[in-house]
This record gives sequence, structure tokens and C-alpha cells, in this order.
Amino acid sequence: MSENGTQERRPRHTGNGGARARPRGRRADPGDLDALRQLLSDPPYRRDLLIEYLHAIQDHDRCLRPSQLAALAELVGLSQTEVYEVATFYAHFDVVDEHEPAPPPLTLRVCDSLSCQIAGARQLLRDLNESSGDGVRVVRAPCMGRCQHAPTVAVGQFHVDHATTEKVAEAVACGSTAAVVPPYVDLDSYRQQGGYSTLSKCVSGTLSADFVMNTLNDAGLRGLGGAGFPPGRKWQLVRAEPGPRMMAVNADEGEPGTFKDRHHLENNPHTVLEGMLIACWAVDAEKVYFYLRDEYPAIRQLLSSEIAALRSAAIPLADRIELRRGAGAYICGEESAMIESIEGKRGLPRHRPPYVAQCGIHGHPTLVNNVETLYWIRDILEKGADWYAGHGRSGATGLRSYSVSGRVKEPGVKLAPAGISARELIEDHCGGMADGHGFRAYLPGGASGGILPASMADLPLEFGALEAHGCFVGSHALIVLGDQDDLREVALNLMHFFEDESCGQCTPCRVGTRKAATLMSTPNWDTGLLRELAQAMSSASICGLGQAAGNPLLSLLRYFPEELEA
Amino acid sequence: MSSEFFTLVVDGREIEARPGETIWSAANRHGIEIPHLCHNPQPGYRPDGNCRACVVEIESERTLAASCVREAQTGMRVSTATGRARAAQTMMLELLLADQPQRESCHDPQSRLWQWADRLGVSASRFPADSVSHTDRSHPAMAVFLDACIHCNLCVRACREVQVNDVIGMAHRGHLSKIVFDCDDPMGDSTCVGCGECVQACPTGALIESALVDESGAGVASELEETHSVCPYCGVGCQLTYLTADDRIVAARGRNGPANRNRLCIKGRFGLDYIHHTERLTRPLIRRDGVPKSAAADIDPANFLAHFRAASWDEALNLAASGLADTRRESGATSVAGFGSAKCSNEEAYLFQKLMRAGLGSNNVDHCTRLCHASSVAALLEGIGSGAVTAPFTAVEQSDVIIVIGSNPTENHPVAATFFKQAARRGATLIVMDPRGTALGRHATHTLQFKPGSDVALLNALLNVIVTEKLWNAEYVARHTEDFAVLRTHLEPFTPEAMAPLCGIDAATLRTIARVYAGADAAIIFWGMGISQHVNGTDNVRCLIALATLTGQIGRPGTGLHPLRGQNNVQGASDAGLIPMMYPDYQGVELASAREQFELAWNTSLNPERGLTVVEIMHAIHAGDIRAMYILGENPAMSDPDLTNARAALARLGHLVVQDLFLTETARYADVILPASAWPEKTGTVTNTNRQVQMGRPALTPPGDARPDWWIIQEIARRIGLDWHYSGPREVFAEMAGLMPSLTHITWERLQTENAVTYPCDNATHNGNEVVFGDGFPRTGGRARLVPATPSPADEIPDQDYPLVLCTGRQLEHWHTGAMTRRSEILDEREPEAAAFMCASELDRAGIAAGEKASLATRRGEIEIAIRCDDAVPDGMIFVPFCYAEAAANLLTNPALDPYGKIPEFKYCAARVSALRKTKPETCNT
Repeated sequence: MSENGTQERRPRHTGNGGARARPRGRRADPGDLDALRQLLSDPPYRRDLLIEYLHAIQDHDRCLRPSQLAALAELVGLSQTEVYEVATFYAHFDVVDEHEPAPPPLTLRVCDSLSCQIAGARQLLRDLNESSGDGVRVVRAPCMGRCQHAPTVAVGQFHVDHATTEKVAEAVACGSTAAVVPPYVDLDSYRQQGGYSTLSKCVSGTLSADFVMNTLNDAGLRGLGGAGFPPGRKWQLVRAEPGPRMMAVNADEGEPGTFKDRHHLENNPHTVLEGMLIACWAVDAEKVYFYLRDEYPAIRQLLSSEIAALRSAAIPLADRIELRRGAGAYICGEESAMIESIEGKRGLPRHRPPYVAQCGIHGHPTLVNNVETLYWIRDILEKGADWYAGHGRSGATGLRSYSVSGRVKEPGVKLAPAGISARELIEDHCGGMADGHGFRAYLPGGASGGILPASMADLPLEFGALEAHGCFVGSHALIVLGDQDDLREVALNLMHFFEDESCGQCTPCRVGTRKAATLMSTPNWDTGLLRELAQAMSSASICGLGQAAGNPLLSLLRYFPEELEA
Repeated sequence: MSSEFFTLVVDGREIEARPGETIWSAANRHGIEIPHLCHNPQPGYRPDGNCRACVVEIESERTLAASCVREAQTGMRVSTATGRARAAQTMMLELLLADQPQRESCHDPQSRLWQWADRLGVSASRFPADSVSHTDRSHPAMAVFLDACIHCNLCVRACREVQVNDVIGMAHRGHLSKIVFDCDDPMGDSTCVGCGECVQACPTGALIESALVDESGAGVASELEETHSVCPYCGVGCQLTYLTADDRIVAARGRNGPANRNRLCIKGRFGLDYIHHTERLTRPLIRRDGVPKSAAADIDPANFLAHFRAASWDEALNLAASGLADTRRESGATSVAGFGSAKCSNEEAYLFQKLMRAGLGSNNVDHCTRLCHASSVAALLEGIGSGAVTAPFTAVEQSDVIIVIGSNPTENHPVAATFFKQAARRGATLIVMDPRGTALGRHATHTLQFKPGSDVALLNALLNVIVTEKLWNAEYVARHTEDFAVLRTHLEPFTPEAMAPLCGIDAATLRTIARVYAGADAAIIFWGMGISQHVNGTDNVRCLIALATLTGQIGRPGTGLHPLRGQNNVQGASDAGLIPMMYPDYQGVELASAREQFELAWNTSLNPERGLTVVEIMHAIHAGDIRAMYILGENPAMSDPDLTNARAALARLGHLVVQDLFLTETARYADVILPASAWPEKTGTVTNTNRQVQMGRPALTPPGDARPDWWIIQEIARRIGLDWHYSGPREVFAEMAGLMPSLTHITWERLQTENAVTYPCDNATHNGNEVVFGDGFPRTGGRARLVPATPSPADEIPDQDYPLVLCTGRQLEHWHTGAMTRRSEILDEREPEAAAFMCASELDRAGIAAGEKASLATRRGEIEIAIRCDDAVPDGMIFVPFCYAEAAANLLTNPALDPYGKIPEFKYCAARVSALRKTKPETCNT
């Protein structure tokens, strides 16, 4: 190469060598193309199914090779890099170079989210790393939604609850790696209990859409994915938009400490599905995408068979359902990121406005509802708005499914009146604190909702009630901390979670979570800088993840300054 | 107009905004500049709002908003530089600077990132640094330093949305996010086409021209001078800025010209160093006595003093001029011929043809348009009365349906192709028809790989559907065309079912395409040499004209006929009269009124007979009719068909003057060689494929004793007795404008200030008419003529001895005969050796391994060439770029001509390929 533009030039090539044998860059290999055609569903290959195709390859080969990505790109009509960036975005895909070995046949995922961490996940991860033999790899993983059974380890798709190295070793030895579908109310049983008759009334015109939406509004039902937006109003907004309209069910329950959606889907899937089809009918959505996180393989199995059963039974609108499989990305619980993922892309949240109700899936007006929100629809329509509105305390209305985990005696999903306080939940629903632990603090809304001291445990756990205290109830995930828990470790665990799960799109979240976690890993926190940073993250990030990531940190600075004294 | 505006309050000031405008843009128009890193307020760049350096506070909103993406609303109250907004902006800079390399040793200390850090007073970061070091120097032109990457995504948008090359991606997630090429391949090994849009977009120097950093990656500090001009390569006519230091072009940047909107391709951005090549001719040369021209092939362009001796300008010019004048005197005006160049300016093209006509009395003046679009021009002049495009390629922005036929624009017109790809992304129906698969195909709705040479069959089938299914625009046909009845009857037998076996496209597809095109609100057709370079090239274009005029897909926004012109000034050189049968502006030499006009203007009598075309001139030399030639910047010893014959003709000339930058293959046959100036050393105007006349400005002076071409032409003119006293191109342009109606209202002064004006132009402030012929055609009667065409075979059909179809053309990195690009370091490094392209099955059949050298032969010649396996080439075909002197494709090509355009059939002849191995063992074993 010439230096500083000197006059030196290599002599012209004389044509001896240098011509490439093939066009520049990687080309799809005919063999790979044939293999993919065998493996995937029939053409046309759809761009929006890219993540499903990647799953198919990953499931088959335990990894994804660049050569396969190039072949897939050609089949789908995308560029290689578009496929590569999607494949490397999601945690459940392993992109492995051609000459590297595939990952071992079995993957152990050790949940290291807060509830599992305080139950000993870190030591468990270390022990498993040491004890696991050939053919097994051990990786950390974010919340699996089994916080009441902490710590949890996924052996393949089989979950070992209250995991120990012994229990995990036994599962590995027995080859227990498949998801276990729990007993649930199937279609026949559900219909015997009157299931889908409300949907029939809607479709037949016995109930009008206006009546249904007004009933939901009268009941005071709130959106239970975390934001609390009234679904009745949301349906009205979407219905008022020009068609074609779309719908998506957000079953990407990833907020650490939250497992209520899993609970409902594992027990009464059809209650959710009927609510979904009523919503689909109310807004006349052409398609309903059921976006389910990949951490719930058992639910995927049961939903696949129950959706098939719905179609066979000719349940109205059942042919509009498309079950979609997440691939390991907390951010896809954010509705616009989920929509991107449904379109087969990386889960990058979109800027608002426009809101997804106006411009969602493929640019069409889109209704997005959370699983639990839909779970309540049938009951409200059958029992009446007053029945639901009759529940609640401290000015809040309705019933809620609280996910309670941490240092309580009986963790689990607690059906309780909206507006209940943390103290009431612990005392009246969870049998009090776990033995040997005094009540120190609690997280009212999973990893995002901040941390409150036990002294503030009488606040109602309701939308809008905690914001003045720098917190929010979000997905109603209560994580209870005891007097032996290190709050700095807690805050660092949460910041690491956000750092890992940040999509990377915007500076305050991508760099901010990283820098915050680094600063919080030092013995002496630069509290001034951390506060400045957390404030900038909360005001300047694109989506709720970055905006909330600083909440636990700010809570610590606000309520537990003594923890931070060296 | 003002009623469209609404007001909002920004930083206490009431400002006006347009509907849909962002806060950033409205504020910026009012002089309020909000910090921005990921936002590039240039055409084609969508705001992305990811860096958050532009966040502002909007009254009553909980969080800050990215001003680059947030639409302004009536009554909004916005704070851009105080309180939470400024704190967050500053914090963003501080977060990003934490991981940046030290400014003193960084790649671009004047990057937009550092400039904004300076303006916001952020000089250091309190945050701990992450050491992300990833350097990729695998590409010769561009360096990748991910330690400076701020994940702003501009390079991804540059690559994916602006140039639509789809190579760069943002892989992984969160703080592990990373810019990658394809599947995280080294840039130099990826599918990167080297357009350099990413380095132009990068705000930090993470992606940067290799020439601007040293081995360690530190920025090379030097003051770069800027000169605004036009690219010297293809007919797209990209405006660019040369960056020079120490009398060298160091880099180039795209400018916001009408045809390129800041975009460039690898040639325009990285291929300008040919002007500094050691083989540049810097003094006049004269053939040594007794050196035979038959030895031309042996001359080394770097060491030619055994064949030529240096001479003074005076001696060389005298010899050059006297040789031409003497030949004319001895053998008559028709014994002299000249080739001008489409690489020179309009003024030089004009002077050259004036010299040939007024000075030497000869109409034997032609140039490479004969080898490119002569058939297109013939058909267009016949059919619609004008040889130029009816709409610019940027018209695709209004098109619903776009047909690209016989053209590979991602290789040959890369920046035009970006507009096609963008249109397809937007949702327009892109129909690509070409026997070879092209990169455009991935963006196409329909790809028709028809049989080579079957264009008329294919197009007649489409016309047949349009007529039989009554898809034609009856009102348009009645008002604006003639001879419809004749065409209609003619088309009857050409049903899709009958044509399908001929063209290899099934009848259903043919019907679909015809319906899609005819039924579109606005459809446009582009074509290239795949249409024109056939013995039936004119017939091919007649069919395209019929398609557009039958359906009325012409003369409106988003419609039209556009032959993509190949050279930077092939439109201008043709307009200026470098054509044997026409004076400037296509005024026929045989037309007395035209001749009288030019006789009056040039104060001389002119030859009333049309001259000979390029290939005809070669034949005339062999026949002894032409004895002397003046060749300016053309390289027929590489570009003509059947080179053995063409070179023999050049060797036979009694007197040959060649004016060029290098000792080209043609110059080796010269008696006198005149060292000329390169485009970046010139002042002058050029006209691109869109009819946009643009101003070229010199960044450097010619090296050594090389001179501007216009000066050399004038000196020869004077020496053959013409009383020329042009002070420079400006004066020449004024003379042209007086004789060429097309240049009405276009003045040198306008071009100096406006850089580009489109012709025809309505008045002194009008920017020109992009779309023409909305109300008729410049023919007598004002109607388009529908001319029937009948399928006919190529001149030489494959047979048992020569079973393959040989097709020649260009490739992205090289230009025409390679005289310039093969002397550009980066272009040469990207494509250093001649290669012929064949598909895998054809390689198997021939028993040749990919990359192996093979023998490629036709009835006219044989070359040895490396074989590249490329499945885009159909079975039964071999494709060879014609830029490689060491394996000159034109040794093989067929000189058969289209009877109207006189263009040779470069796209089709019979060939055979055979492995060299079979014969090698004998020689190896001895």
C-alpha cells in the first residue's frame, strides 16, 4: 500500500493470477438450499417467518451455520446480513462458524434472575459448570417464569424446579430433556363448562361489539401486561382505524418475577383463547398472532394442539390464529419490539408516535393484548361488569393475578383484589415471610418497577399508586427481599439483566446499562454519576426498558443510602 | 403556500413548520441546530433517532423525544438546549466518548462526533472505558475500526436503504451489537461492492477511506482541498468533490447532484488515481524511424522508448497536422477520419467534429456511441424524433412498474441502479429481463431470463397480448401515433404461445408481464447494450418504443423510454455532432438547410455526404480508402469487434495521430502521440444520460507537459489552416449554444453557479424539462411512428464446433477498455485478471474447474482466460468482460453490423471453450 500518496505504483497486473474462481462473497450452496427445502415448510418462503425457519434449523442442527444463513437468505429473498443480524439477536440461536464444532447436544440453562439468584443460582451455576460432563453445556439465562420454584434450571426443555446439582444430574442421566405438559382444561372440558358460548354470542350478533367494549370499560378492566391501558378503550381505538387490522397476543412474559401468564396458559388456555377470539371479532382483525416466549415450550405444545382442535371444531375465527415462537429476548415483551419480531426481524422497539393501534404489524392498525387481560374477558362478559368491578380495594377495581416470589413462605400466583398492598399479600396470601427472613424490601413490579422498603409495604399495588415513589406495579410481580439479602447485589443483578437484554438500539440504554453495571461492580459507587446517568437513561431512552432500567438503582439511592456507604 | 405552515415554539421562538416535518428539521431551517450524530439530513437518509443526542423536551411529555424523528405539531412547546434536554444530550456524548480511541491518535479527529463533543463542551468521559478493538483492513479502499463505532446505524442505512446493497448489518444485541458485513465476514471478502456510501456516512471514522489513515489507523493529517466536479466514468453523471493534497487526488465525496444525490460507486469514489499512474504520458512522442507498426503488440507501455522518441509540442503538432493535411491533399477529404471521445467534454467533442468537418472536409467522424447505443438512437430518431431519453432514471420514483431489459445496471450504472432498487423496496413492480441473471434480480418482482438474441420474439409477444387483449391506450394511440393498423396486423402471429419456445419464457408469464406493464398507472422502460448490441438492435428498440407508445406509457411522470447511456459524455458527444451523418443537434449533413447553417457559422464549405461509422472506417482502411486518422481518447484496438482485423487496419494507416493519457493499445500504432489531460484536470461541460448538462472543474493541472485536449485540437486546427482563437471552453460553449437549440437558455455562467441544467430548458431560471413529449413528438406531424419488427436470428449461431453463445460486456470495477481502471490501484486490486464467466453445469460439461485457465475460441480468434463459476450465466453461454488487454474479448467478437445503427453484435457469437490441461502435459513432460 502506498504511504502518504507517494508516486509509487505497482506495475499493472499482467493477468497472472488474482482472478476469483467465483463471484465475490459467500454464495448459497446448492446442497444447503436442498437441505433447507427439505427441512422447512413448503414455499413460498415468507420473510415474516424467518424466526420460525431459524428455529427449525437450530432444532435440527443445534446451531446455525453462515452457509445455512446464506441459503436461507436466498430462499426468503433477503440479504445474508439481514438473516445474520436476526439470528444473532436472539439468545436461543447459536450461530457457529463453519469450522467450529456444534454446541453439545444438551444445554443447561440456569436461571439467574433475582428470585433464583437469592435462592442460590450463582453457586448452582458454578457447581453445574464444574460437574457437567461431555455433551452438556451450562449457560446462564434470564427469568424463566418459574420464580415460585426458584432456583430453576432448564435441562433442554425440561425444567428442574428447586434445582440442585443432584436433581439436575438425575434429569440429565435419565434423559429428561423434553417439556412436560401439565394437566389443563382441554377444549372438550372447556366447552362442557360452557366455553366458547360467549364467543358464539358475539359472532352470532347476540352481543354487539359496542356492548362488549362498553362492558369491559364498565368493569374497569386494565391492561395487565404492565401499562394498565384499559382494553375496552384500546379495542375501540383499533376498531375505529381503517382496515385491514391485525391482532397480537403478547405472551412474551419476561419481566423477572412474573409468571401469571404462564399460570393461566398452563391451566386454562381456552379462557385466554376465547378472550382472544372475542377481541379479534370485536376489532375484526384479519389475523391473530399469538407470540409466545420460547422459554415456555410446554405451553407451545399445548397451544399447538389446542389451536388445531379449535380449527377442527370449527370454532369461529380459529383460522385466523398464527402461533409464533419467540427466541429468547426480553425486549420482545415490549409491544412494538414484539411486532418487529412477528415480522421476522430483530426486536427493536419502534418510536412512538405512531402507536401500534394505528401502525402495527406490517403497518396495519394492530390490537395488542396481554394474556391475563384476555383471560378476564369471558368472566366479565358472563358475570357482568359489576361482578368484576365489585372487586378491589384502596380505590382500585377488579381482580389481579399477582406473581409473588422471594422470601415468602408460599410463593406463587395469587388471585387477589386490585389495590392490595404488599404486606397484605405476604401476610394473607403467602403465609408470611419465609422462615429465618425478616421483611426488608420489595420489588412491586418485577425488575423494572423499582424497590421499596418494607416500611412502605402498605401502599396499594395498583397502577398510578407507586409512581410518586419512583416505582410502578407493572406486571404485578412482587419479589420480596429479606433482611439477609444484599441490596447492592440485588440492584447489580437487575442492572446486569437490563444490560444483557437491552436491544442495543439507543445510546442511553445500550451504553448506559453497561456503564452503570460496571460502576455498580466497584466497591465504592460513584453515586453522583450514577444518579445523573440513571436520570438520563430514564428520560432519553426509546422504550420502557431503558427508561425503567435505572429504577432499582434510583430506589437504592433514595431509600437505602446507608447500603451505599463504604 | 404559507397556509400549509403551522407554528410551534422552539426555545421560546415561534417558528413555522410544514406538515410532516420533524422538530429537528423545522428548527434547523430556522437556524436552531440541535446536536445530532445518527441523523444525516441528506437525501435518502431516514432519521433513526437512536443516538439520542438530539433529544428535546416537549412541554407536558414525561420523557424526552428524539427531535430528528418526532413530527412537529401545532402549538408544541419545545426546549432544545436547556435543562433535562441539554443534560441528556451531553450525557449521550459523554457515554459515547468513554469508549472512543484517544483523539490524538484516532482515525478522524475532525469527525462529526468530535465536532459535537467540542460544541457541547464534552472533552472527556467520567465513565470507565470498554476496550472494543476490532480492525478490519481486508478491503483495499476502506478500513473498519470498530473501536470508534457508536452504533448509530448510519452505515446500515447507507448500505441498505440508500445504495440498497444490503451488505452491512447490525448483528448481536445490546452492548455486544456490532457492525458486520454479510455474516460477519471480512469486508474485503464480503459481497461489498465498494460504493463507499458507508464511509461517507460514518460520523466517527469507524468506517473510513484507507487513504485517510496510516498503517496504525491514525488519521493522516493534511489540509484537503475541495473541487466540485462530475465523475469521469459512466453516463449516470454523478456530481462529486475531489479532495486533493500535494497535487494528488486523495479521496472523493459524492455531491448532491440531480442524478446521484450524494451517491457514488466504487469507480467514482476510489478509481480516480489512474491520473497519477506512472504510465501517464507527459510529453509528445513520435514513432522512431523504421519501427514497424506490426510490432505494436510487443510495446511495454512503461518502457516504449525503443519505439517512440520524445518530441517538442511544436514538432509533434506540426507532424500530426501535416500528416492529416497532406493525406487530404493527396487522397481527398474522405481519406481522412477521426474518432472523438465520449470521455471528453462537450466543448472538445464540438471542436473535434468541427476540425474534421471544417478543417479536413471529412464527415468521417464518429465515436464510441457507435458501439453502444447507435441502434437505440436510430430507432428513437425514427420512431419519436429524438435520440435522447424521454425521462431521467430518477423518474422511477413515480413509477409503478419498471422494466429493465438487456441492462445490468448494478454493474454498469451502479448509482442509477440504487434508484431502481429503492423503487422496488418502496413497492414498485420491478421486471428484469435479461438472459443473464443480475444482482437487480433479487429486488425484482419478475425475472425473465430469456434466450439470448430472442428479444424481438419476447417483445412482440408482449405487444401481441396488448393488442389482442385490447390493453392499448386507444385515445393515446389515436392522438399520438401513426401506422397502428400496420403494426396491429403485423403482430397477429406473434402470440405468446407461438413465441414461448423462441424466447424460452412461458406464455402465461408473457401475458402477465404485458398486462402488468400496460395496466400500470405509470410504467417506464430502461435498456442497455443487451438490447442495442445485436444485428437486430434497432428492431429491438422499435419494439420497446411500440410498447411505450401503444400503452401511452410515455410523456408523463414515472413513464418513458430510457436507454442507459454508457459513458460520462456519450450523450453530449453525440449532441455535439461526433456522428458521421449529423452536425450538432442531429442536423443531417445531407440536409442542405442544415449544411448551409453550419457553412455560414463556420465560414467554410462543407462536405455534403455522410461519413463512415467506426467499423466501416476500419473496413475502408483495409480497402485503402482511408489513409490517415486522428484518434482522440478512443481505443479501437480494444473496443472494436474482431480486433485482429481492426488492429491490422490501424497498422495499415499511413498516418495515425493518437491523443490520450496513456500509451493505449491503439496508441501503439500511432505515428504521433499527444499527451492529453484527464477529466479531473479539465474545465468543461458534460451531458449525462438524463440530459443534464453539468459543469466539470479541474482539481489539478496535467502532469509534465500534458495539455488540455481543446488546446491540442485548436493547435492542430491552426496548423491545417483554420483561424481559431478560442481562449478556452467557455468561448466554445457559447458558440455551441448559438448553433444548438437544445442548449437554449443554458449558459456557461448558469452551469458555473447551478452545476447542472437539464435540456430542453424553458427560460433562464428554469431547471429544465425532465420528462418530455407529453404533447407529441418532434417529428413531422408530431406523432410517434410504430414500426413493426420481425424476429431474426443472430448473425452467427452456435453449432457443433462452436456450441456456446459468447456475450461480452463490462463489470463493476472496470471501465470500457480498462485504460483508466486497470491503472487504478484499488480497482485493479479488486479485479486484477481477466476472467470469463460460466455456470457450474457448463463448467462440468467442459471439464474445467472453477478458477482454472481455459482456451476460449471463435472463428476470429482465441484467448486464454481464467474461468469464473457464476450461476447467473445461463447454460450455453459464456460471458467475457472486454476490458482486459491480456485476454481481449474483442479478438473473438463478430463484426456483423445492425443495418440501421451500424452497431456490431457484441452480445452474441458462437464460441467454444476447452480446458488447457489436455494439451499441457505434453509440453510439461518435455
